[in-house]
Amino acid sequence: MLHDLLTLYTLFFRMGAVTFGGGYAMLPILRREIIENRQWMDEESIMDYYALSQGLPGIIAINVSVFIGYKRRGIPGAIAAALGMVSPCIIIISVIAFFLSNFQDNPYVQHALAGISVCVAALILDAVISMWKKGVKDGFGIVLCLAMLALSVFTEISPILLVIACALLGIGAKWKSIHAQKEENGK
Amino acid sequence: MIYLQLFWEFLKIGLFAVGGGMATLPFLQRLADSTGWYSQALITDMIAISESTPGPIGINMATYVGCNVAGFFGGVVATMGEILPSIVIVVLVSKSLERFRGSKLVDAAFYGLRPAVTGLIAAAGLSVIKVSMFHFDLYEKTGALLDAIDFKKIIFFALAFVAIKKFKLHPIVYIACAAVIGLMLSF
Repeated sequence: MLHDLLTLYTLFFRMGAVTFGGGYAMLPILRREIIENRQWMDEESIMDYYALSQGLPGIIAINVSVFIGYKRRGIPGAIAAALGMVSPCIIIISVIAFFLSNFQDNPYVQHALAGISVCVAALILDAVISMWKKGVKDGFGIVLCLAMLALSVFTEISPILLVIACALLGIGAKWKSIHAQKEENGK
Repeated sequence: MIYLQLFWEFLKIGLFAVGGGMATLPFLQRLADSTGWYSQALITDMIAISESTPGPIGINMATYVGCNVAGFFGGVVATMGEILPSIVIVVLVSKSLERFRGSKLVDAAFYGLRPAVTGLIAAAGLSVIKVSMFHFDLYEKTGALLDAIDFKKIIFFALAFVAIKKFKLHPIVYIACAAVIGLMLSF
């Protein structure tokens, strides 16, 4: 058990230390470690965690970490994952706050970060393509996905409202089969 | 007791800020005014540093503010306060998801959520592309459309995407290479 918790802590520590930009930028590394390397869960579960994390209070990256940690090893796992995620931040930010003034204005830092952000964009594009393949399976999904993309690019509507609306639309689209299950349970 | 106060203030932020790291910003601005712990000018530095260091932006901002208010342990306490609500809420949501596993209603909600989250992540990717490869502010100044497009970075983006697809290496490898290339080409 302790070994598993340590594994969770170090895994999320590593992810926290190399993710630039938070929640969505973490997705490519998360997919690699959780889905491909360790096969702890599938693409759909990760998408569900992102959807829920977007609609819940708190930092998205932390919420996703807690979902995965809890799924692996219950409440201790949830805590280990969250602490792993924040530890590198605490170390790096403290060092900068106390010792490196004007860190962000250093031209070398800026060049390196400019390169990283282009790379992060390419990594996110790659992740979106595989999510599209897994999560968008029919006309309903295509319309919903493109509508969400357009609404979040062109309007200021809160993503929380969008997420809630999509959950309701999903329920609406599947209303018949939900109703059938209710009747079955009633019998 | 400054540590307790910090913990309590960031606990409230973690509980009420829905939608990820940047959603905590208005709370941090209000906290500066209501407590006088730090100035609005510090917030600008906080954003710049949080965006240029690894880790979730929301956590970086909490750590930075905590550090500046009450030293290293101030940073630790603020961060712990901010993630505590996430841990509690996500564990509760996970527990109720387990209870409703196999429910057609929950399945139907996710039927809508999966395409939605794909669209939202695609939008996040587009905004990274826009910020990292285009200079629309320069275009507005000069009026020359070519000034808005950073061809060097777009070529790098295309090459990075091909490399990601072809070699399937760990994302960390690409991020590290991108930082080096950014430095060498003075992005």
